[in-house]
Amino acid sequence: MSHHIVEADKLHYSYPDGTAALSGVSFLIAQGESVALVGENGAGKSTLLQHFTGCLFPSAGVLKVGGLVAEKKNLSALRRAVGMVFQNPDDQLFMPTVFEDVAFGLRSLGVAGAELEEKVTGALEVVGAAHLRSLPPYRLSQGEKRAAAIAGVLAMSPDVLVMDEPTSSLDPLSRRRLMNLLKTFKHTKIIATHDLDFALELCERTIVIHKGVVTADGPTREVFSDDGLLKRSSLERPASLLHGR
Amino acid sequence: MTALAKNLADIGYMDTLAAGNSPLHRLDPRAKLFTTFLFIVAVVSFGKYEISALVPFFLYPVFLIGFGELPAGYLARKILVVAPFAFLVGVFNPLLDRQILFQLGPLGVSGGWVSFFSILTRFALTVSAALALLSLTGMNSICEALARAGFPRAFVVQLLFLNRYLFVLTGEAERLSRARALRSSGRTAMGFKVFAQIVGRLLLRTLDRAERVYRAMLCRGFDGNIPIVEFSRIGSRDILFVSAWSVLFALFRFFNVSLILGEAATGLLK
Amino acid sequence: MADALISPAVGGAMWAVSGGLIAYSARKVREEADDRKIPLMGVLGAFIFAAQMINFSIPGTGSSGHLGGGMILSILLGPYAAFLVLASVLTVQALFFADGGLLALGCNIVNLGFFTCFVAYPLIYKKICGRAPGKKRLLLAATAAGIMGLQFGAFGVVLETVSSGISELPFRTFILLMLPIHLAIGVVEGFVTAGVVSFVRAARPEILAAAADREPLGVSVKSTALGIAAAALFAGVALSWFASANPDGLEWAMLRTSGREELQGAGKLHGLLASVQKKTAFLPDYGFKKPATVVKAGDADTETGDPGKSSWPAVEAGTSAAGLAGGLLTLLLAALIGFGLRRRKIRA
Repeated sequence: MSHHIVEADKLHYSYPDGTAALSGVSFLIAQGESVALVGENGAGKSTLLQHFTGCLFPSAGVLKVGGLVAEKKNLSALRRAVGMVFQNPDDQLFMPTVFEDVAFGLRSLGVAGAELEEKVTGALEVVGAAHLRSLPPYRLSQGEKRAAAIAGVLAMSPDVLVMDEPTSSLDPLSRRRLMNLLKTFKHTKIIATHDLDFALELCERTIVIHKGVVTADGPTREVFSDDGLLKRSSLERPASLLHGR
Repeated sequence: MTALAKNLADIGYMDTLAAGNSPLHRLDPRAKLFTTFLFIVAVVSFGKYEISALVPFFLYPVFLIGFGELPAGYLARKILVVAPFAFLVGVFNPLLDRQILFQLGPLGVSGGWVSFFSILTRFALTVSAALALLSLTGMNSICEALARAGFPRAFVVQLLFLNRYLFVLTGEAERLSRARALRSSGRTAMGFKVFAQIVGRLLLRTLDRAERVYRAMLCRGFDGNIPIVEFSRIGSRDILFVSAWSVLFALFRFFNVSLILGEAATGLLK
Repeated sequence: MADALISPAVGGAMWAVSGGLIAYSARKVREEADDRKIPLMGVLGAFIFAAQMINFSIPGTGSSGHLGGGMILSILLGPYAAFLVLASVLTVQALFFADGGLLALGCNIVNLGFFTCFVAYPLIYKKICGRAPGKKRLLLAATAAGIMGLQFGAFGVVLETVSSGISELPFRTFILLMLPIHLAIGVVEGFVTAGVVSFVRAARPEILAAAADREPLGVSVKSTALGIAAAALFAGVALSWFASANPDGLEWAMLRTSGREELQGAGKLHGLLASVQKKTAFLPDYGFKKPATVVKAGDADTETGDPGKSSWPAVEAGTSAAGLAGGLLTLLLAALIGFGLRRRKIRA
């Protein structure tokens, strides 16, 4: 019986047209860890993320989240355990108002009435978006949309929080607010990001993916200081770790 | 600003208006919807030579605009923009109906002109009422009212989704249009081939987006049902609103109030 | 179609028709139980709304064209979902732009939605296209379907306006104005549809293949019958109004507007109605609209504030009863044809 909350064991995935996206990806993540998932575009990050929510299943290998094997029969349980925040909040906030959107997941779990109200308000307050509850999503700024999307995921009390490029299109202040918020979360966090400074500040561990293969898996600072590795994986040092600092 | 961007700003503005907080905004959407419906039916049910009997009906949109704190100039401009259509169809009437109906001093006014102005009057009335309704209620509330009125769920959900992604899509369309315009060295009109490519590209993006939205829905437990939240309750104010206006509409419909007032006024002068 | 131009009877009737169609389509979509369609329909609705705002110039005419969208929707979603999406777009446009009018919304949904999704698409586009059409066939199918759909739609507009009795435009003139213009619009729509579909096919062929898989290949007998019945009903109602009273005018109009199968068959229908009427003497008086109408006594009464004088088209209602009878007869015939087709299909 493993105490790891996420276990990936030699995951393989190929798209219908044959292109291999993941080739033998393995890692173990313990509860409460913050792990950054880093790699160039097309490296396989998004593909991997979709495995966490059961939108894709590995063609070989096993993925376990919270002890559940990621397969069809565990789908609803898997999706309750994993909360995914999409890259584009417009894809995620599909209900007419912020309140209804945050409530959506809870409703599908059968929560209603006063309990629903309480949980939705609670989630909105955590992200600082309580004042936005009656607004339609298209009236929100990027940062506000991001916050609302996170609230919608938080409301379902997931064990693992998966995020896809959370700081993209955020202005500096919103970005800082997001980082401060995420620092307060006790959830296990897996964050795919290009924002290496963000990764450095938030995640103690980093997994580097290059062409569907894990090329590095270790403490963030070490990984981002290994120039040879970074170059091989089509990356570079974050600004805060540039030479001479 | 392109025409598209103007349209977008226009819809955005209407939406902003709907978020206002006047007493009329706070009325139950069903009350407003029903009353406006009655209004339109009453106006449209007049015979084609009516003008004076229609005039009292202007009280309703004026009331809505006044109490709803809506921008009258903006709404008037909107009506003017769409007026040409009614104008175009009605303009044949004076040509075809030449029978003189009554004398205005030395001028004989034909039935055609009367019915033409009747059309314009009806048009102004119905459009202003509809615009006021939307400015006071907002798309989401209207959908809520429709759902409760028994409209098919799939359709109401469709309306809600459409409204939700309207701005996103029109924004994308606008960006694509602008990108083309910027690289067309002054030729403002879009050729057909480019048009097909732009629309095609927009469509592909839309399909991809639909896929992502679907996935997002699945990840949060979507099982085929979109819950439609019911926020509002019918109160005494709503009942008062509907009844008072219904009585007025009936009054205006069956009695030519303008004529009565006119006769009373001229009677006083005698 | 604006509120100012239709009578409550016509507007209400078309609301009922479109409401029924929406309910029917909604049920059909639910039955399909394809969850994926729900966000797809919504986003495609927004797409159509947005795409309709992009104009392109039509060479040689100096005017601009834009997308209608009904056919593209039908290709991607099938007729029922496409109809719902179109209806939703028209509804939102009516609300936001306040140009179609709310009472006239039912008319618009039928004119623009019904004929495209339930008549032009299954009866023409699919029939010509088959499974994997080449570029030429695609263009032919799209153009034919576009023309067909818009001609029907234009006919609908004329019928609704004239039967409302508010505009003075006589049937004949109106038809002669509307049909040729909409012929051109139909051609444009066909070209646009073909253009966009070609683009999508070249960029991502699997999308159209998947859409084609979702839709049954053959034209369902039900929707064919529905389309024919609707067309017949329209024709019957229209013709009863005008044909018997003004046969010469109608024939003249028919000569001018070519390629309309229903109108060509009108001679028989007209004859049938006339003989039926003579025998039954059911509706002795027919009302009709001539150009330069004489002022009716009734209208003069309303001017002086006399309440209760009929402003509802009572005469028209009486006329249309015979038209409806004729239409129902045709409907029955169509149903019989439909059954006949079905029998042959099973045997074949």
